[in-house]
Amino acid sequence: MTDRRDIRLTINGRVHAACAAPRMTLVDFIRDELGLTGTHIGCEHGVCGACSVIFDGKPIRSCLMFAVQADGHAITTVEGLEGADGTLSPLQDSFWEAHAMQCGYCTPGMLIAAHALLAENLDPTEDDIREAISGNLCRCTGYQQIVEAVVHAARRRKGG
Amino acid sequence: MDGHAPHGSNYRYVARKRRTKEDKRFITGRGRYVADVSVPGMKHVAVIASPHAAARIAAIRTAKALAVPGVVAVVTGADIVAATNPMQHGLDIPGVRWYALAVDRARYAGEWVAAVVADSRYVAEDAAELIEVDYEPLPFVIDPEAAFQPGSPPVHPDHKSNVLFQRRFVYGDVDGDFRRADHTLSFRVRWGRSSTVPIETFGVLARWDEGRDVLDVWASIQMPKFHDQLAGCLRLGGNNVRVHYDVDVGGSYGTKRGIAHSVLVGFLARKLRTPVRFIEDRLEYMAGGGAHGPDRIFDMEVAFNRDGRVLSHRMRALDDVGCYPGRSPLQLGKPIGAIVGPYKIGSCAYEAISVTTNKTSQVAVRGFGQAPTNVAIETAMDRVAGFLGIDRLEVRRRNFIAKGEFPYLIPSGTTYDSGDYPTVLDKTVALSRWPELLAKRDALRAEGRLAGIGIATCLEPSGGNSAFEPLFNPLNDTTTWMESCQIKIDLGGTITAIIATSTSGQGHETLVATVIGEELERDPDTIRVVHSDSLGAFPSNSPVGSRMAIMLGGAASGAARQIRASLTRIAAHNFNVPEDRLEYESGAITNRNNTAQKLAWDDLVRIAHRKYHLMPPGSEPGLQATYCWEVPTGGKMPTPDGRVQMYPCFSFEAHVPLVAIDPASGKVDILAYFVGHDCGTVISPDIVRGITCGGIAHGIGAALYEKFEYDANGQLLAGTFADYLMPSAHEVPAIAVTEHCTPSPHTPMGQKGSGEAGYLGAPAAIASAVNDALAPLGLAITTLPMRLKDIEALLAAKSGPKP
Amino acid sequence: MKAAPFDYVRVTTVAEVCRALDGAGGEGKIIAGGQTLVPMMAMRLARPTLLVDINDVSELQGIAATGGALKVKACTRQAAALASPLVAATLPLLARAMRWVGHGQTRNRGTVGGSIAHADPSAEIPLVAVTLGATIEARRSASARLIEADAFFEGPMMTALAADECLTEVRFPVWPEAHVGSGFEEVSARRGDFAIVAAAAQVALAPDGRCTRVAVGIGGAGGRAVNCAPAAGSLFGTRLDDATIDAAAGRIAALIEPQDDIHATADYRRRAAAALAARALRSARADAATKAAA
Repeated sequence: MTDRRDIRLTINGRVHAACAAPRMTLVDFIRDELGLTGTHIGCEHGVCGACSVIFDGKPIRSCLMFAVQADGHAITTVEGLEGADGTLSPLQDSFWEAHAMQCGYCTPGMLIAAHALLAENLDPTEDDIREAISGNLCRCTGYQQIVEAVVHAARRRKGG
Repeated sequence: MDGHAPHGSNYRYVARKRRTKEDKRFITGRGRYVADVSVPGMKHVAVIASPHAAARIAAIRTAKALAVPGVVAVVTGADIVAATNPMQHGLDIPGVRWYALAVDRARYAGEWVAAVVADSRYVAEDAAELIEVDYEPLPFVIDPEAAFQPGSPPVHPDHKSNVLFQRRFVYGDVDGDFRRADHTLSFRVRWGRSSTVPIETFGVLARWDEGRDVLDVWASIQMPKFHDQLAGCLRLGGNNVRVHYDVDVGGSYGTKRGIAHSVLVGFLARKLRTPVRFIEDRLEYMAGGGAHGPDRIFDMEVAFNRDGRVLSHRMRALDDVGCYPGRSPLQLGKPIGAIVGPYKIGSCAYEAISVTTNKTSQVAVRGFGQAPTNVAIETAMDRVAGFLGIDRLEVRRRNFIAKGEFPYLIPSGTTYDSGDYPTVLDKTVALSRWPELLAKRDALRAEGRLAGIGIATCLEPSGGNSAFEPLFNPLNDTTTWMESCQIKIDLGGTITAIIATSTSGQGHETLVATVIGEELERDPDTIRVVHSDSLGAFPSNSPVGSRMAIMLGGAASGAARQIRASLTRIAAHNFNVPEDRLEYESGAITNRNNTAQKLAWDDLVRIAHRKYHLMPPGSEPGLQATYCWEVPTGGKMPTPDGRVQMYPCFSFEAHVPLVAIDPASGKVDILAYFVGHDCGTVISPDIVRGITCGGIAHGIGAALYEKFEYDANGQLLAGTFADYLMPSAHEVPAIAVTEHCTPSPHTPMGQKGSGEAGYLGAPAAIASAVNDALAPLGLAITTLPMRLKDIEALLAAKSGPKP
Repeated sequence: MKAAPFDYVRVTTVAEVCRALDGAGGEGKIIAGGQTLVPMMAMRLARPTLLVDINDVSELQGIAATGGALKVKACTRQAAALASPLVAATLPLLARAMRWVGHGQTRNRGTVGGSIAHADPSAEIPLVAVTLGATIEARRSASARLIEADAFFEGPMMTALAADECLTEVRFPVWPEAHVGSGFEEVSARRGDFAIVAAAAQVALAPDGRCTRVAVGIGGAGGRAVNCAPAAGSLFGTRLDDATIDAAAGRIAALIEPQDDIHATADYRRRAAAALAARALRSARADAATKAAA
């Protein structure tokens, strides 16, 4: 029952072939097997959102999936948000500009949630932003500067 | 710079919008938290916890667990007690021994009874399920008032009583003031058991380096004297333990003090001769991690005149510290340094009582007891206003210490450094557009909703000192909580600063770089700040008590000024002129009387590093400085009657929220939030505003949502994030902040602390707002958190049974 | 918080699902979105020996409106149902309720059938199913059956599904009346949390504004969602004025058997159920009236 399964998945545009026991969660796989430690673990029961990743284009919680379920799918983690040359995405840069973090622990999940919002909403309202990040808990910021960062990123994209 | 620095100041970097140095690694997923540190051969720990609030541990059978493939070891309290010393408490409490695992007796549901070490956390959990423990349940006590009664079931039978500390302090003529007052009133405030609950749990990795006799420790730690305590418990010399402070800590706010975890893992790493890591999971954190906060009952009496002036108060605080007190009883001590708030209250009595119960242990939480105390003080101001029918703002204004009265000595022996409370309140009221806010509240009421405006004007004592230790523990005569900074300039002229603590989001790298940049007039972006390890570090007391802007900022200023003095001496020697003729500009030094005489930064650095023949005779070669700073106003013992200078600096915050309550559900919505804040000179405005908003969010949680609730059997009911409710982006409103700057006379740039900003006033402000909403019905609530079920029950009782 | 070991199989047809469950001796479990199951496994409150992954079963995906019912296949994502114009057009009550289901990230994985199969007493989708009298289709190797929602939900996290049965479809009846309105009200401590109490209501109004049909249900106040038809009988033929609604809502307390928990007392739930039901009915009335006016 604990045998390991071969899986292939695309992470941040790169195909990875690896193996995982069925019970290994996707977040453990991403962190421990692939060494992508930008995705964090906060609760392992699907409430805090620290482990958010983009799965086939949609944000999900990677503590609520097993790695074997991701076989054949495409995932983007926080490490995949910057350009190949290390250029920060406008959203990342806005997070920096607005100081939308303190300890940084929830930040990757927040970036993933905000990235997904901006991918489908060109002009989000503050309510849209709060809704999009409401599944991601932050204990440091009170969300104020995170909301400001997403507003900033959306404005920048519009050239405002 | 408006509101961020004193009028007329012209800082280059301080008080200016600048990007935060730490953020880049966080936005790119390159933070390095303890769970990201991995060393070859590392094993993993899982623990099993007592299901009983109190039980004798009759037997522990580990054979089945040990038989699981991949299991390396199973250890119990017997192993720990044989090889480690008990962990320290802040008080001297005979008979209360605290070890990393329960020894013979489990004293709360969730206490760790055994630990498994295995190849993976998965396997460790498989094996943990197979450990068999025979428990014999014992009587227990959960309610703090019951624990205070003689004859309650002892949590620590060797200590006899469940009362760990009790002392009544009387400051001034309290009885006389109560006699003379026109009126008195009394009330009870209940502060619920909540905590800071960072999104990262506690984690620690230890590796015993056999060839060097050094225990390397990576931990998500925020704790004064962590490495000293860890070494002591592990029976190692302090220089056999190397705590790596370059680990990013995923939030702490006082609570990341996993000394038990660290003793366990340090012990295991040495015993097993293999690196061992324990990353608490969320269930372990909530129930057993020993990270709960104050759980406090205040009984308040207030004496006041008909004009609203408060003459005196009597405060009795009964705090439930749970099972192992650690430093928790001292959280009753720190508020003595601001026991009258920002008000001219001439006398007061304070009785502090700490009891132990069969609950998870309490730990230091943001504010170290001040946030609950501020709720009691602010409730008093609202009650006085309500009793006399005077506006709540007006009552505060009549009682405020005036701007011209600083330094101001309060009855408990602490002198407040500076402040301008009326102006900050005025700015906050203006920000809130008070008349419109009132109209909005009244319009909501007219629609049949319950609506209220809260007011809280609170102090944030800052610059964390140890003064509560000798005050509460006669065997402790600590009078310094120093902080250090080292600076070195390398041959190429770049600046590196070395600090001796880890950071959990406060932005210490930015703080130190900004301060040094300002002092040396060098671009902070070019300054590197390194977190040392405990062997390379100079003394630190970690970022507690809102102290780092003051203490680390002060140490950085001190070291930078030494560098600047060295540069000046070199230039004076080379120009052959007195130092007071020299002009320092961006690191270059010119002879004011002969501007052809100029040495650039690079020239000065090269002289220091390479050209000893150009150095003033007797100089130290190279360019480096170390500065270790004593807490300003520190160094004093308390008086026998308990007067003490607690902290050096006093920040101030005025909060004005607007709330609406759905009468059917009791649910509170925060519709608007305004705060005015004065922490002296603001070194990094983005950081201070962020902490203030975050503190408010945390305070909203404590006021409305968060509680580590126990049932009558001592079982924790809020053991997951589905039951312990931290506010999300929906529950926290947009927050408008206005800054004001009253510089402190005690610090190099006039800065005060801000690490606890927001949290020290938000619970009081929300309580005030909810009570303003309930007031038209003649109702009041003084138990926090004010959950929807609590508010609805009040409303339902008022309206009586429905048909 | 790591799951106990299990075997895993990913299948592509319902027949394979049934075969796999058949062979698991009652210890198999279907995983769709996993948003409830995985945390339960992480806490080792659930420990199936076999997980049958149905995410690739195309016959379990999709939403269709036929034969007077909105048919939602079991593995349809909650996000897809929320975004579906068909759901919005034919079953606005489900669309309203769906907004209260978890957060965007959990709706991206969580499925309609999964929520039904887990039968959390405070979950929104089961409440809609019970309120409207949905029918649940379940299959095992050799047979299929239809189960009325009221019979399907047996208690907290307990359903009529056998261990070797696969929930395949949920059929929500679509009311044919011209002017149908719906309302959904919920109180939770934080938005996105499971309901402390939730109320769903749907009404049909005749052209003259009289109520010709009504459904009311309460979730979160007992071991399962409760269809409150017995309390709503007095609403037929009325114009649903506030007093009539309040009187009907007041009878709901007698139909539910709530319990105390950390978030609320049983008394709280009784009072809130009545208040929320009244609000949901008012919203439904207003919604139907808007349609009548349009």
